[in-house]
Amino acid sequence: MDLKQLAKEIRKDIFKTAYNGGSGHLGGAFSCVEILVSLYFSVLKYDKNNPLWKYRDKVIFSKGHGCLALYSVLNKIGYISKEQLNSYCKLNSNVGGEPKYMELDGVEATTGSLGRGLSFSIGIAIANKLDKIDSKIYTILGDGECQEGTVWEAVMSAGHRRLDNLTVILDYNKLQAMGNIDEILNLGDIKKSWESFGFFVYEVDGHNIDKLIEVLKDNLNNKIEKPRLIIANTIKGKGISIMENQPIWHYRLPSEKELDIFLNELEMTKEELFL
Amino acid sequence: MRNAYLKTLYKLAKEDKNVLSLISDNGLIVYDDFKNDFPEQLLNFGMSENNMVMAGCGLASCGKIPFIYTISAFLAFRSFEFIRVDACVNNLNVKIVGIGSGVSYGYLGPTHHSTEDIGVLRVLPNLTIFSPSTPLMAQKVTEQAYKIKGPVYIRLGTNNEKEFYSENYNDNIKKLNNIIDGKDFYIISTGSIAYDAFKACQKLNENGYNIGFIDANCLKPFDSETLINLSKNCKNFIIIEEHNIISGLSSIVSDVIAENGLNCKVYKIGLNDVFAKGYGNHNQVKKQNGLDYDNIYLKIKNILENK
Ligand SMILES: Cc1ncc(C[n+]2csc(CCOP(=O)(O)OP(=O)(O)O)c2C)c(N)n1
Ligand SMILES: [Mg+2]
Repeated sequence: MDLKQLAKEIRKDIFKTAYNGGSGHLGGAFSCVEILVSLYFSVLKYDKNNPLWKYRDKVIFSKGHGCLALYSVLNKIGYISKEQLNSYCKLNSNVGGEPKYMELDGVEATTGSLGRGLSFSIGIAIANKLDKIDSKIYTILGDGECQEGTVWEAVMSAGHRRLDNLTVILDYNKLQAMGNIDEILNLGDIKKSWESFGFFVYEVDGHNIDKLIEVLKDNLNNKIEKPRLIIANTIKGKGISIMENQPIWHYRLPSEKELDIFLNELEMTKEELFL
Repeated sequence: MRNAYLKTLYKLAKEDKNVLSLISDNGLIVYDDFKNDFPEQLLNFGMSENNMVMAGCGLASCGKIPFIYTISAFLAFRSFEFIRVDACVNNLNVKIVGIGSGVSYGYLGPTHHSTEDIGVLRVLPNLTIFSPSTPLMAQKVTEQAYKIKGPVYIRLGTNNEKEFYSENYNDNIKKLNNIIDGKDFYIISTGSIAYDAFKACQKLNENGYNIGFIDANCLKPFDSETLINLSKNCKNFIIIEEHNIISGLSSIVSDVIAENGLNCKVYKIGLNDVFAKGYGNHNQVKKQNGLDYDNIYLKIKNILENK
């Protein structure tokens, strides 16, 4: 499968879904498309026909507000139907702006109130060890999210317990809701701090699918007895020129005027938008 | 309500340099004026609500008056223990301002709803709780919160609430407001849903009923006196709240009635011990949970007809 093409389609789906649902955190969703595509279409172990397969790898989508990216990928692997996706934020739908545990196939945790996914992942990682289940846990974390104290309680705990079945992927787009992370509450040296708490750290271009897959595979074969962090350098709003690196696009939909730019750059027609 | 709050805060900050605005990565453009004019009085703590609450209490211990503002759910629930100990046990002069009461963050679901915040916070000694219903009331309670020396929680809606008070309102904000006089039935409501309750009351009265409407902007301390007086003639109270009926306004009213042996019936319209379901704009989510104007109207009518 051409994963670059797939990433393109997913961006269209995210935008279309948000636009028709009247709401969506586009910036944060667009920033993690390649991360999710690489993960779901290379190393992740799951059963297409049985989302609850006991030995599945689990993805904990901690930066819940970006969930349209997750939902669109879950749609591509067949867990969420097109109808479900299209029902996003409509009356009586169970598809909304933040993920809820088990509400949709493939949604393994309630997130959205930020800073909780990593601790939840630790619970799963420990349970897998207790039950001798050789499956992996992948936690998708926002960089702004790392300002929550709970994240650091979790980092220490994962390192201390040497949870080598746990991989955190940091969507490192350098922006939070109100602006640049460095200006609001700087995260320090991420690599050094996580390493000092016992993580093995990779760094990669978070929009380069080949490189991401290379790292994910390397990580899978890496037998070191430590939890892992993949710092994925990303661009918030990646793919739409007016959205890239602009804080204002954290939670906003385009105006009538801006819509043309979106459609142009996504290479989709207005008809497609409402299809 | 948000604009009314921000305008009032701006005014307070201008008059008193000790007034500080603490935020946690919430409200991108809305703080621009404040940031330009009083940069030293605006502290953005980033996404660290617990830290912000505790630091706010530290500031208060040095004579500052911090208004700690973010989404209510992250204050009332995430930071509960910090509010309990640092703000309430210490009885410090901090104002905890939650935005997005009830299900107003409709698109984002239960993680962002505050449908139990009154319940968890009203059990805290020393804490005053305001739950304004309109923009004017948001302004009044903010002014009042500034005057109170002690911890205060202000439960704000969002930004689309309509006004039903007259501009020259000058009553005691801590009292229950008798907006429409009634006879055998009184509706009591609070917060942004009060407008729907108010409208439903008006409509029912147009249709030949004679029911009253009370708006509660202060939930703690609660104005028992007005309720006790009303109960001399009225024996039925219909409570309408965008909150779990356990522990919210229904419970507050029931407590007063039971404690004073008032022999009145309390009808509860709110979330019946569930998390709100569904996604969409504020009104859509209210509708899915039986709490929009139409549902409120029908539910009240049903109560009246089956009496
Ligand atoms: C506990 C909590 N505090 C605040 C928010 C409001 N909020 C939603 S997203 C966001 C910024 C997220 O920034 P980041 O983690 O960097 O995500 P991304 O840049 O990928 O969108 C904030 C403050 C929240 N959802 N949860
Ligand atoms: Mg970010």
